[in-house]
Amino acid sequence: MTNQQLVTMANQIGAFFKSYPDQTQANKDIGMHLNRYWALAMRQQIVQYVKDSAGAGLELNVIDAIKGHVKL
Amino acid sequence: MDDIKYTVPSDRSRTSFDDQTDYGTPAVQSNKLITLSIDGRNVTVPDGTSIMRASIIAGITVPKLCATDSLEPFGSCRLCVVEIEGRRGYPASCTTPVAEGLKVHTQTSKLADIRRGTMELYISDHPLDCLTCATNGDCELQDMAGAVGLREVRYGYEGENHLKAEKDESNPYFTFDPSKCIVCSRCVRACEEMQGTFALTISGRGFESKVASGIENFMDSECVSCGACVQACPTATLIEKTVIDAGLPEHSVTTTCAYCGVGCSFNAEMKGEEVIRMTPNKNGGANHGHSCVKGRFAWGYATHQDRITTPMIRKSIHDAWQVVGWDEAINYAAIEIKRIQAKYGKDAAGGITSSRCTNEEVYVTQKLVRAVFGTNNVDTCARVCHSPTGYGLKQTIGESAGTQTFDSVMQSDVIMIIGANPTDGHPVFASQMKRRLREGAKLIIADPRAIDLVSSPHVQADYHLKLRPGTNVALISALAHVLVTEGLVKEDYVKERCEWDSFLVWRDFVAQPKNSPEALSSELGVPAEELRAAARLFATGGNAAIYYGLGVTEHSQGSTMVMGIANLAMATGNVGREGVGINPLRGQNNVQGSCDMGSMPHEFPGYRHVSDNDARAEFESAWGRPLSAEPGLRIPNMLSLATEGGFKALYCVGEDIAQSDPDTQHVTHALESMECVIVQDLFLNETAMYAHVFFPGASFLEKSGTFTNAERRISPVRRVMTPKNGNGEAGMEDWEITAKLSTALGYPMHYTHAADILDEIAALTPSFKGVSFKKLDELGSVQWPCDDENPAGTPTMHIDEFVRGKGKFFITEYIPTTEKVTKKYPLILTTGRILSQYNVGAQTRRTENTSWHAEDTVEIHPHDAEERGVVDGDWIGITSRAGETVLRAKLSERVQPGVIYTTFHHPESGANVITTDNSDWATNCPEFKVTAVQVTKVTQLSDWQKNYQEFSDEQISFAENLESAS
Repeated sequence: MTNQQLVTMANQIGAFFKSYPDQTQANKDIGMHLNRYWALAMRQQIVQYVKDSAGAGLELNVIDAIKGHVKL
Repeated sequence: MDDIKYTVPSDRSRTSFDDQTDYGTPAVQSNKLITLSIDGRNVTVPDGTSIMRASIIAGITVPKLCATDSLEPFGSCRLCVVEIEGRRGYPASCTTPVAEGLKVHTQTSKLADIRRGTMELYISDHPLDCLTCATNGDCELQDMAGAVGLREVRYGYEGENHLKAEKDESNPYFTFDPSKCIVCSRCVRACEEMQGTFALTISGRGFESKVASGIENFMDSECVSCGACVQACPTATLIEKTVIDAGLPEHSVTTTCAYCGVGCSFNAEMKGEEVIRMTPNKNGGANHGHSCVKGRFAWGYATHQDRITTPMIRKSIHDAWQVVGWDEAINYAAIEIKRIQAKYGKDAAGGITSSRCTNEEVYVTQKLVRAVFGTNNVDTCARVCHSPTGYGLKQTIGESAGTQTFDSVMQSDVIMIIGANPTDGHPVFASQMKRRLREGAKLIIADPRAIDLVSSPHVQADYHLKLRPGTNVALISALAHVLVTEGLVKEDYVKERCEWDSFLVWRDFVAQPKNSPEALSSELGVPAEELRAAARLFATGGNAAIYYGLGVTEHSQGSTMVMGIANLAMATGNVGREGVGINPLRGQNNVQGSCDMGSMPHEFPGYRHVSDNDARAEFESAWGRPLSAEPGLRIPNMLSLATEGGFKALYCVGEDIAQSDPDTQHVTHALESMECVIVQDLFLNETAMYAHVFFPGASFLEKSGTFTNAERRISPVRRVMTPKNGNGEAGMEDWEITAKLSTALGYPMHYTHAADILDEIAALTPSFKGVSFKKLDELGSVQWPCDDENPAGTPTMHIDEFVRGKGKFFITEYIPTTEKVTKKYPLILTTGRILSQYNVGAQTRRTENTSWHAEDTVEIHPHDAEERGVVDGDWIGITSRAGETVLRAKLSERVQPGVIYTTFHHPESGANVITTDNSDWATNCPEFKVTAVQVTKVTQLSDWQKNYQEFSDEQISFAENLESAS
């Protein structure tokens, strides 16, 4: 998977949770979604991408969710 | 599990559920019981029952011709007359209801005279060719002539008659021979009452009365070839051509149709191992004796010459295939999988199952991938159709399945159809829905295109919300806004049944002005007042049920929309009883089952997440292998990884990703990048053209197993003939092939029959706990959950509480798709299905169903066509960001300006060459329903199509001149 594909997919997930009033919980939910539905290799790749590129192209809530809640 | 061994009943005897008696008139529901005497026997029946039905229940046969219990009584043939003490005359027993204390006589000398006289008139205008007639031995007219003791016809045959009336052979599957017609109107009534098409009528009066279809013939008429008229005909007037050719069948086995998600029960009527005809089973829980053109007639593909019946292997996709024995093919595949996993890692391999597979096949395939490949890289074609249903319903109500039984629609007062085309995709259920609509239920349709149900005989949608493709979530928010702001929410229900906090968050969200119909009207292209009126009708019209299809799921917000639908149903208190509910219309026969069976990469059978330690421990213990707690790759993830060189081996069972998945060129590039593609199928399908190993599959007629339909109904598939995939060796059912591959990989699977697999499923899956082949033999079918509490299954779910406990509302923010129209791509292409064809068409294209749909065409609005100088029948090039293809234009006002529509039943159409890799945010379900395109008039095929033709011809030649391996 290209980084661009993963960025697009992660942003789509982030967009769903963006309207929730409790953004702390929403970020947890984004992280949980990635943990439950993305293969480990995809999670490793996006985590690495956030480290390497400071999450360029990713929405802020998605970067926070990846940093705080994605399990490897 | 050795103590549970299933034995196929040898005598094929019918069990009590499977009573095929024709009771003459339909059953009547009433709590009041009536007792009467018929020929001296007392019988007690519900009030409103006909005397005919009561008689037959009492074991007394009343002669009849125009009556059959699938149709309302008509009272025209006068054979069923009876005498009732204290009443004058000779009333027809079919149209006379029972009454308390009646004394009825069905056999008196006067009645015998009347009946003989009537039969004499019938026979005086009927050919006397019984011995050479196709229905000899299966003709109600012949039976009645015998029953009434007709011995002579005094009128002679010289006068005017209909004996030379010409046959109508236009339908490829049945013949209409008017010379044998007795004008009983059963066909006309079946077309109206059962099918709801109203294609037939009786034209003329008196002697001139005859059954009439279109202007010329059946094919020229509105007839949809469902077969209801053929089923209803008591003579040889309407009869299957296969019976004319082969004679009457000698035995019958009840099985389940392998086409759409309705899951009709059929009787495979056989001569030895040859199917003579498939007739709908009157006791079928989903179809109640009705059928459509696919299930009833389009089964000839099973013996089509294109079937590949020999295992084949090749090193490269540019080589010709080599025919090998089963052992060699299986060993070759096993060695390749082992080699690839050793070289690239175990996650470089995976499997794909199909909704066309039985539950048992899907189960063993996912077991093979998880336990033997050692990875959770297993996915199913529901990925590209209903995966958002699984996700959205699990989140909101706690179970990834529809809430109702099909029969529930008969209690609905308001029916809302969103993004589904039931008359084409789910025709037998559509007939039931139309019945309810004719009874007066209200209809709301949300669809960019005018589907048949918008306006058809005696059905007219109250509201057709003709929204722009891609704006579903705006629609559901606008409808919800009306409920919330106009006080139409059933708060008592929500307080009792749902998470109140989640409701409040949702309520505050949808109440925002940005979600009002007025704010969203221009985005939707639907007037605000129509949206408000539809929402009010839905909330206040009584029992309201939502039916939806791929027009909901195949969007970038597919999962959001499913949750929005659940929100709407919960807010209006429309879940948990008959007549309401959330009803995903599943496309293929076993979409529900293939998802139930754990073929998604993150879930074990029964929708338990792979990271759930208890569930995983249970499967590890049963299967004796360690299992991964990590979700595997989904189909699009596998394909993307393949193009990057990280995914190398694929076991693809019954699925054709090269035709059915989006962005064809991306799919075929991925397949070309793999080192071992194993395809198991009936035909050399599009994916098989990129395969290295071909395992010939068995058709549904050649194997045992179960399918689970859209209403969670598990129905038996029964083997009626020997598998044809032997090539000199014993043929194998598909699960046997998978089990052998497993054995070759060092993990023997010891099943002797599909029933053993179902037993294992039941032992490991709580909602299937009470399911077994034995129970299916006894009950016919059963709807899960089927467990100790619900041993006969569960037609309606979530009755007292939701499966997840409290229902949960989710915010559904409308996020427009990134697939936007621009100057370069100013039109939106949306895709759908057609009645006569099925999915990728691999089966239906190999039947006479091509008489109705020989090629895919593009519907384009006359306005858009005129702007481009396109007239009906022109070739038009359709270009998207993903690719280009060329199809023939069909001018139609069914689509709105700015939207074009096509189907993808034919591979050379390349409809998926133009669809993009955009997908649903939660499940990666492709956005098949929205592709921005430009259309131009062209004179030749696209480059892709030309290359495709060349490649396809070469691949077919590789499989035609087969060489045996030495």
